[in-house]
Amino acid sequence: MNKRIIKKGGVGQLLIPLVALAILLIFNLIRDPGFYSIGVAVNNSGNKVLTGNIISIIDSASELAIIAMGMTLVTAACGGQDISVGAVGTIAGSIFVKTLKAFPDINFGTLILAILACCLVTILFKSFNGALVAVFKIQPMIATLILFSCGRSIAYWIVGSATPQIDSPIINSMGMTIPGIPIPTPIFGVVLVGLILTLIFRLTTLRLYTESVGVNQGAARLNGINPVGIKMLSFVILGICVAVAGIIGTCRMGQVSHKTLLIDIEMDAILAVAIGGNNLGGGRFKISGSILGAYIIQMLTTTLLAMRVDPVNIKAYKAIVIIIIVMAGSPVVKQKLTALWHRIRSGGLKPASAKGVN
Amino acid sequence: MKKLFALVLALVLCAGLVSFAHADDPIKVGIINLDPAESGYREANVNDLYSVFTAENGYDAKFVTAPTADKQLEAANTFITEGVDFILVSAAETTGWDETLAAAKEAGIGVFLFDRMIECDPDLYTAAVVSDMRNEGVTAVAWLESLGLEEYNVLHIQGQLGSAAQIGRSEPLQEKCAADDKWTMVREGTGGDSWDPNEARKIAEAAINAGEKFNIVYAENDGMAQGVVAALDAAGITHGVNGDVIVMGFDCNKWALRELLAGNWNYDGQCSPFQAALIDQMIKTLVGGGEIEGLNELKQIINDEKGFDARTITEEDIATYGLGE
Repeated sequence: MNKRIIKKGGVGQLLIPLVALAILLIFNLIRDPGFYSIGVAVNNSGNKVLTGNIISIIDSASELAIIAMGMTLVTAACGGQDISVGAVGTIAGSIFVKTLKAFPDINFGTLILAILACCLVTILFKSFNGALVAVFKIQPMIATLILFSCGRSIAYWIVGSATPQIDSPIINSMGMTIPGIPIPTPIFGVVLVGLILTLIFRLTTLRLYTESVGVNQGAARLNGINPVGIKMLSFVILGICVAVAGIIGTCRMGQVSHKTLLIDIEMDAILAVAIGGNNLGGGRFKISGSILGAYIIQMLTTTLLAMRVDPVNIKAYKAIVIIIIVMAGSPVVKQKLTALWHRIRSGGLKPASAKGVN
Repeated sequence: MKKLFALVLALVLCAGLVSFAHADDPIKVGIINLDPAESGYREANVNDLYSVFTAENGYDAKFVTAPTADKQLEAANTFITEGVDFILVSAAETTGWDETLAAAKEAGIGVFLFDRMIECDPDLYTAAVVSDMRNEGVTAVAWLESLGLEEYNVLHIQGQLGSAAQIGRSEPLQEKCAADDKWTMVREGTGGDSWDPNEARKIAEAAINAGEKFNIVYAENDGMAQGVVAALDAAGITHGVNGDVIVMGFDCNKWALRELLAGNWNYDGQCSPFQAALIDQMIKTLVGGGEIEGLNELKQIINDEKGFDARTITEEDIATYGLGE
């Protein structure tokens, strides 16, 4: 029974990230119970905001979680990753600022126009990546390397200045909190994107088609699925995710800084997909796993910061923990653990060894 | 088609001849600056130079904007080989220029330092039009002291490490914290090789997540102060004139001064990016056979700069001293 669940990518796929998250939670509980305290404070704009490390984790991981969702889909369909998400996200930020600056003041109309413009542009850029991957059969990482290296220059070229500011209550509401709602707005962004994707998967056959293209595109084609179309579609969806993440990042700061907006997010996003137990070679996928992965990465960062680890050294510590998580999720270790579990269940092993399972 | 091509070619040639005849021996200058994308200050500085060193003004100017010391040195050596008349430099790092400047001197090229000083023998350059970055730091620390707070717990956001601006603005604060028991450096962070607002935000988030208590943010440029403020807002920590945390920035961008006027920040230190007109004057004097006057022992002309307090700043100050839009 258990073996079946793991193979089908049911709860089994989420086992490792859930255990990792639980360990982090328990570790912090023992280290400092105050880590979980949540308070309410009033900030300079006069808005009530929720404070505390947990809120900070969920808030800060928003961009990563959103991009990880799109990345999961591309991974599943193409068997490779898009490393230009940070660069294209910065382009989205630039378009956002540029569009808003084209009007004398910022209101809901111009805001929606700017968001649409962002989505359109990122979809175009991602379709370029998609075409290279799907039509010209270039390896995803190589195909997306092009925009990875020149995307930030394009972003600078679009706005044409160092750190253009956009100052407006609407922008503050988007990047921080809406007056009257103490929950950080970026969290709603994650929920919205998550809901839309869930709806798409519920109402259409996209999940099945994507998985079949990822597993064996020859077989998929024989069954009447167009692999090129499915792959392109995955890049289009990633494009929308990237636009949303870029807009959130820009609104957070009230400015777009082309050098560091969403910096290094591509690597974290791929990691989130991997931690979530998804096969980086394509095929079956679970978006909830990737979202979980994103929060684990942010939780790890915040925990280390709370332990006063120098921010410069954090990447090294993070790497160690992530190696452990990814190793635990590797097929070899998984197989060994499953075998062990079965032996325990059939009573072939002494209960003392049960520790190994957890 | 061919005819059209020939016509265009002829026109271009004519235009070339006319312009050649028009400009009687332009002064060749090589200008080495930093990346305009670095900050609002740099953007204003680069544009100022572009607007003064033009063909109409009698110059044949070549511009190089390079963010790092090695690329700047490479550009300087190219200018020396090309045989320009003057080189203008705003250095990414204060050291490592001796050899190149000596080569320029040997080739009879005049060197002007602008915006940032270089640590070397004053014989190696003609003159320097700079901001006294240390004085900017001293002014800021003196202002902070004048508030008479009971304790000073400082979150110090440093700019690009090794630059004259970073060193000059950091040292007075670091010395004060070391000397005075009431002053504590809670956390010191840097943008590394940049002046980046996002890096500044991360440092502030780290301090907040670690539960460190600070009541002063000393950020070494406006963008970085803005980054910290974003983190404070997200964490529900009040700042500014009636807030819990005092926010300080440098450069006096217009948008930053508006934050002062709104009471969200407390202090902004001026750093004038306009040196081009003065250097232009000095070069014309030298070319005309005159001598430059008014230099101090380090051959400097120091920009007159001050700091602005949120409680006293006016719309007029913003219009007069603010950079950008």
